[in-house]
Amino acid sequence: MNIEIHSLGARLDSFNYQEAQDALLAIIEKGSNAILDMTACNYVSSTGLRVLLSSKKMAEAKGLQLYLVGFSDEVRDIMEVTGFDNFFESFATVDECLKALTI
Amino acid sequence: MSNCPIVRLSNSIMLRVDLFPTHEYQGLKLRPGRPYPFGASVVPGAVNFSIYSRYATDCTLVLFRNREEEPFIEIPFFKEFRMGNVFSMIVFDLDYENIEYGFRMDGPFQPEEGHRFDKSKILLDPYAKLIVGRDVWGQQPNWDNIYPYRSRVVFSDFDWENDVPLETPINDLVVYEMHVRNFTCGAASGVKHRGTFAGIIEKIPYLKELGVNCVELMPIHEFDEFENHRTSPVDGRELFNLWGYSNVGFFAPKAAYASSGRFGMQVDELKNLVKRLHANGIEVILDVVFNHTAEGNENGPYISYRGIDNKTYYMLTPDGHYFNFSGCGNTLNCNNPNVRDMIVESLRYWVSDYHIDGFRFDLAAILGRDQNGNPMSNPPLLESLAHDPILGKTKLIAEAWDAGGLYQVGSFPSWGRWAEWNGRFRDSIRRFIKGDTQVLSDVKERIIGSPDLYASQRRGIKASVNFVTAHDGFTLMDLVSYNSKHNEANGEDNRDGENNNNSWNCGCEGPTDDPDINRLRHQQVKNAVTLLMVSQGTPMILSGDEMGNSQFGNNNAYCQDNEVAWLDWNDLQKNADIFRFFKHIIQFRRQHKVLRYEEHLSHTDYLGLGYPDFSWHGVRAWQPHSCHENLTAAFMLNGRYAVSAPVMVSSGSPESPSEGTPDDFIYVAMNMHWEMHGFEPPQLPQGMAWHIFANTGMPSPEDIFEPGTEPVIENQHEILVGPRSIIILVGRETS
Repeated sequence: MNIEIHSLGARLDSFNYQEAQDALLAIIEKGSNAILDMTACNYVSSTGLRVLLSSKKMAEAKGLQLYLVGFSDEVRDIMEVTGFDNFFESFATVDECLKALTI
Repeated sequence: MSNCPIVRLSNSIMLRVDLFPTHEYQGLKLRPGRPYPFGASVVPGAVNFSIYSRYATDCTLVLFRNREEEPFIEIPFFKEFRMGNVFSMIVFDLDYENIEYGFRMDGPFQPEEGHRFDKSKILLDPYAKLIVGRDVWGQQPNWDNIYPYRSRVVFSDFDWENDVPLETPINDLVVYEMHVRNFTCGAASGVKHRGTFAGIIEKIPYLKELGVNCVELMPIHEFDEFENHRTSPVDGRELFNLWGYSNVGFFAPKAAYASSGRFGMQVDELKNLVKRLHANGIEVILDVVFNHTAEGNENGPYISYRGIDNKTYYMLTPDGHYFNFSGCGNTLNCNNPNVRDMIVESLRYWVSDYHIDGFRFDLAAILGRDQNGNPMSNPPLLESLAHDPILGKTKLIAEAWDAGGLYQVGSFPSWGRWAEWNGRFRDSIRRFIKGDTQVLSDVKERIIGSPDLYASQRRGIKASVNFVTAHDGFTLMDLVSYNSKHNEANGEDNRDGENNNNSWNCGCEGPTDDPDINRLRHQQVKNAVTLLMVSQGTPMILSGDEMGNSQFGNNNAYCQDNEVAWLDWNDLQKNADIFRFFKHIIQFRRQHKVLRYEEHLSHTDYLGLGYPDFSWHGVRAWQPHSCHENLTAAFMLNGRYAVSAPVMVSSGSPESPSEGTPDDFIYVAMNMHWEMHGFEPPQLPQGMAWHIFANTGMPSPEDIFEPGTEPVIENQHEILVGPRSIIILVGRETS
């Protein structure tokens, strides 16, 4: 399975979403699945949530997947109360994710 | 350069020719906007702002960066940015997630003509879809804020996946009236996100176990919990505007009701709640307050409407004072064509964007008053709502009175679409269970769905929303524990709240150790919910009644943001028998179609099935005359008249017998007298026998059986109904 990792910084919001979105799209356009490493991220805004979801839908349109890794407590909470967590398969670490995917 | 997250689906996006800037002002690019939709909407690369005012002469758009004290720019609406009475402009290159916007309106200040323009005030957008300023409940605001409630821009997409309107028929609903904060704020609630929309999601399994299929949320529009904030002179506690019957805006959910409100994500959190409730077969009704705003009278603050277009938004006397049919200082001018449009837009927005299933209109009689305050026979607003296409399947429920003396229960202009809170049901049932000897004939009308109120206009049983308790008044446990109200803690010398409660304390005022009194109280609670569930019409219960929640005798807990109003989840264990009873009787109602007719009963056997669809009895079968001080009566429903189609709930299991199967016979014997009496149930057809479902006079677990497990009674010809008790029998084939 082709899989590539992109890492996020501390925030994903309307100010900086472009970089993450472009990076994920580039991975998808190459035909690879994507892992978004969010270990360093402690805040995802409304815009950020939508970038994650729309990137996932773009991946699925090409038969690929986007996985999320490393939610902080704050990010997990936001994703839970808004219901965005239900759309994603998420893992605690990149290693766990890779391990699960190779089974 | 776009700050709007559009994901390119292909390399060629068709560009509109009218989305290029035409003006520049202090570094920001602008162009004339689109007048519709009103409010702020995201367009490619920009934000469109549009606001209406009939009498303003000038308008300025004021922009802040999030939470900053001063605006970073104020942009006048140039002449070319106006169309009719609408000001609209498109502003480019805004980080719409990080700005707050408002308006200054200029115009005459002539109160006697109805105009109160004041351009020194920055005003909230009446169509704001997101409002900030009260993001965390109870957090002290900066009282010097020049713009305390601020509009923000929302990107309104949401993935509803396969959320399909439940369209549960109204007569099949069991409505649970609840308050977002009171429901889970108590320490024993056990939820992570106490007092919020997310907290309700955590309690969905509980709601499913209880068996309700509809929640009615007390106002969730943005309101100010600090309105009338004060300290109680009695116990020193802080009193807030807890209930929220005081709108700041009509298009935005209350930020502080969202756990993510501090991040401005209340829109998504509320939508997620609705989505999850729907997935569990539960509809959502919103309590909406279109009768007044939080701006009060001429001494109140400028939040929005007063400064935007006072004469349009408010019902004014000929000399410019505020009519006060709401009892709260002002009255929204509902039948002004533009305000009417705003109300319709608001409701359409909640239905289309939040998938809301229905609305309960607070003080709805106001909606039928004209611009001078006079009641109308064909109010345009109510007609618009009854016929609106988007609202075509939406439940419309009216609290059919106001604070100005207009009482319209049974006469609310309805076009066959409106249901009503049946206040007569509440009063009748309360009087009956406390042993009032003059109320039986009225009780009988209520049990059969109030044809005296609704049959003449052919509104049917489905016009009646029956209830014994609601947020106004005692909780059910307090109704049977107190003879009078005890609202001293509200700080108004116990003058506030309803005096005429038709309550009875069963022998002692308030909490007691006396086991007989407590036993009787539990029994009376069961009597009340039994009558509610076996009556024709849509039943509504008050959140917490199923666990015997008490407000310690306070029947107007609108300001008690503490254990008085918050549910105490420890009660669930303490009053486990009451919860069990509620659960089983709700299930009973949902399983028996014969309890849920839409149209009024004929009381005859018009299909020749052997027995009338409905029949009254006394202590002797087929002899309905009253005796025992008018406190005994019985009725029977003929299940053969209620042949049901399968009603599928989300789990896929039918909740009624399969297609073509008649329902059971149901017989209800009511003895509100203080002595035991024998009742004679009617004889059933050959092969059938009476089984006992419930007996409120027995202690748990003999007080009620799980529907479907009812045992046959030994004596088919007489049952002994204890004092102040109700027995329900089910007639079905003997196995």
